[in-house]
Amino acid sequence: MDLKKRILEIAPETQFVEQGDIKAIVPSSSFYALAKKLKEDEDTSFDFLLSLTGMDFGDSLGVIYHLESTKYGHTCVLQTSTTNRENPELYSVCDLWKTANFNEREVYDFFGIRFINHPDMRRLFLRDEWNGYPFRKDYDMDSNPLNMTNEVTEDKTTELTIDAEGNVIEKENTLFDDKEYVINIGPQHPSTHGVLRFRTSLQGEIIKKIEPYCGYIHRGIEKMNENLTYPQTLALTDRLDYLSAHQNRHALCMLIEKALGVEIPERVQYIRTIMDELQRIDSHILFYSCLAMDMGAITPFTYGFRDREMILDIFEQTTGGRLIQNYNVVGGVQADIHPDFVNSVKKFIPYFRNILKEYHDIFTGNVIVHQRLKGVGVLSKEDAISFGTTGGTGRASGWACDTRKRKPYAMYDKVDFKEIVYTEGDSFARYMVRMDEMLESMKIIEQLIDNIPEGAYQVKMKPIIKVPEGSYFTSVESSRGEFGVFLESKGDKYPYRLKYRSTGLPLVAAVDTITKGGKIADLIAIGGTLDYVIPDIDR
Amino acid sequence: MFDFSVVSSWIHQFLTSVMPEGLAIFLECLVVGVCILAAYAVIAMILIYMERKICAWFQCRIGPDRVGKFGLLQLFADVIKMLIKEIVELKNTDKFLHALAPYIVILSSILAFACLPINKGMEILDFNIGVVFLVAVSSLGVIGILLAGWSSNSKYTMIGAMRSGAQIISYELSIGMCLLAVAIFTGTLQFSEIVAFQADGWLIFKGHIPAVIAFIVYLIAGNAETNRGPFDMPEAESELTAGYHTEYSGMHFGFFYLSEYLNMFIIAGVAATIFLGGWMPLHISGLEGFNAIMDYIPGFVWFFGKAFFVVFLLMWMRWTFVRLRIDQLLKFEWKILLPIGLFNLVLMILVVVFKLHF
Repeated sequence: MDLKKRILEIAPETQFVEQGDIKAIVPSSSFYALAKKLKEDEDTSFDFLLSLTGMDFGDSLGVIYHLESTKYGHTCVLQTSTTNRENPELYSVCDLWKTANFNEREVYDFFGIRFINHPDMRRLFLRDEWNGYPFRKDYDMDSNPLNMTNEVTEDKTTELTIDAEGNVIEKENTLFDDKEYVINIGPQHPSTHGVLRFRTSLQGEIIKKIEPYCGYIHRGIEKMNENLTYPQTLALTDRLDYLSAHQNRHALCMLIEKALGVEIPERVQYIRTIMDELQRIDSHILFYSCLAMDMGAITPFTYGFRDREMILDIFEQTTGGRLIQNYNVVGGVQADIHPDFVNSVKKFIPYFRNILKEYHDIFTGNVIVHQRLKGVGVLSKEDAISFGTTGGTGRASGWACDTRKRKPYAMYDKVDFKEIVYTEGDSFARYMVRMDEMLESMKIIEQLIDNIPEGAYQVKMKPIIKVPEGSYFTSVESSRGEFGVFLESKGDKYPYRLKYRSTGLPLVAAVDTITKGGKIADLIAIGGTLDYVIPDIDR
Repeated sequence: MFDFSVVSSWIHQFLTSVMPEGLAIFLECLVVGVCILAAYAVIAMILIYMERKICAWFQCRIGPDRVGKFGLLQLFADVIKMLIKEIVELKNTDKFLHALAPYIVILSSILAFACLPINKGMEILDFNIGVVFLVAVSSLGVIGILLAGWSSNSKYTMIGAMRSGAQIISYELSIGMCLLAVAIFTGTLQFSEIVAFQADGWLIFKGHIPAVIAFIVYLIAGNAETNRGPFDMPEAESELTAGYHTEYSGMHFGFFYLSEYLNMFIIAGVAATIFLGGWMPLHISGLEGFNAIMDYIPGFVWFFGKAFFVVFLLMWMRWTFVRLRIDQLLKFEWKILLPIGLFNLVLMILVVVFKLHF
């Protein structure tokens, strides 16, 4: 099927730009109809909104959508924009893809684009009384002095709708009414794994509604990137999801290498793959430890941390960093692997395979764990795709979403490993996916570790890297889902816009759906099994 | 076997010889009270140290080892810290109830503690309805917990207090069932007589199946009574930060902390007294020499040995299991534990009526 033709049939005014990835520029008036058709038509069925990026093009403000079909695997990039900078309004797609809800709020927050028919048009990361929209190119950096007053949490929100005459009107929606018992779980709470805040409406112990509040650790990394050269932007990727530090950086390096058309030596590909998988084991051990901790068992927590230490030692040996390694660079890796690297990895794997049985003995087999996790927090496959909860959470719901299989990169198409998919979609499945993935990761490492080819560990790059004009998107499978990087380049030595597809934001967006009707204790168990990392959500 | 009543009656005679009897009894009460409080504090410190070390072993750690040899002085450092810490006053709380709550909790715990017969002739509160008295005073503590949660004027503490109320009141029933089974078997509600009944064999051996069931049910229910894992819902630090005592600081928090540990000891002490023979040495009929040697070991050593063994079992549970959810916890009590307790009661009656015991 010719996708280009299809799009032109539905929206004839569409233009195509072929710089970097092919991009369809759709006028805002016909965009919603096109999106709806692309999603619902049997032969296109774009049911997965991979990424939604706000953009300031200078003269106009717009949004770029990365769509993907889980059925056929084809992708497309749509762009729509409005020239009205005073009062930009676009149509919302949050009724088509649930993940768009939070993404559009983020775009509103940063660019001021208001989405019509979006039920909850509030800021996502910044304070409600923030002046201006910081990601616009004409934003005045001094317009928000340090605010010394407390923010008042509003229980009301606005929605833009279109009335019978075609005029845009504002409607008020209620988040929580006065009679509800609303309790703040977070931002300072032991089990939110960072500064995430859930306003939870309770009926006794039962959760009626959850409203997540993000942004307590928002650092504006994407904005900072616009003033950094490409090698400098690398340093910030490790600070997103610190448990996927290596994979995040891998994604950005891959993107820049792809845009420049650099050929990467095989030795580098081997090293990167092994490091990615070590990082994944590291992250999943931490997942196991923290889940046990959240559920009140502290002994498995210390077991996990004991063994994670060994991976961190391996990282430290080669990269000098433990949590944040700063190892990948454009064109290769920072330094060659330590002479003892192969040895220590080979020592670690049999040890850990053994100890994993102990993990299962103390935690997985426990009858209380089964009671607490089985059948709790079920996320259906449709919801998982609609929310875009990639990674372990999606695979536990029966959605085979592993980027390593879907869009193989580095060495993943040359190694033999199984994609772990469970169909239950409950907390226990989410837990088991990660436990089984550790075994697969070890399998991958074992296949590679003995065959690391000789050669250069780095391609010599020019001191100033200029990425050719165009827009590019690459994604990798980070420890908790598909981590994507979108780059819009104007041919400068700075990126025009660099956007990270957060792996955690869809998870947080899905929390309300997953926990509805559960108990407070379920929220903690579900939060543990979703395995989000806050700096990755807030960026 | 050393009988402590020799000492106490000697002191009583000495005091009455130098002062009127009323004053003597008043002085004795004072001394006993001070001794209880001292023992309470010392046992709490031992328990805290024990828990730290045991949980460290379970978790492949070393535990405290910096302050003093083997970290022994760590406890004193902690106690001093707790004592000199500021007691924070909160706005918009019921100050009187807020300050009262920890005292109710600790009072109920001390009263229950005083019921434990530590040695032969060393009973403090010992009368014919001792078991009922123990159950009554130990359940007073829940009032303190509810007050603490309510008066803090915080939603977290409120949820913790409500959980705690539901939990403690439910599990009290199972404890009652186990104690009743013992009362049926021994035919008395007085602790000293229950212990005396076990002179020729501990109850857990004499009462075989129903006694073992009662012992296990008692341990589970007792663990729930003390709000310890896997039943630590009222505190549930990963859900409610610290449950009902979130808003407490300094020694007021210390009282909750102390009473939690001592309640564990009381549960263990009662289990040791009614199931494991209290201060009674291990006697095996027929082996006279062995029995004589066992008699040389003083009673309080037996008592503390057994009690700390049960404490170890409770800690083992605590550091192995995951926390239950509140509805599962209540379902467990009302649908599983209580029917077992009732069934066990009937079984015990049959055993007693048909003389099926040893």
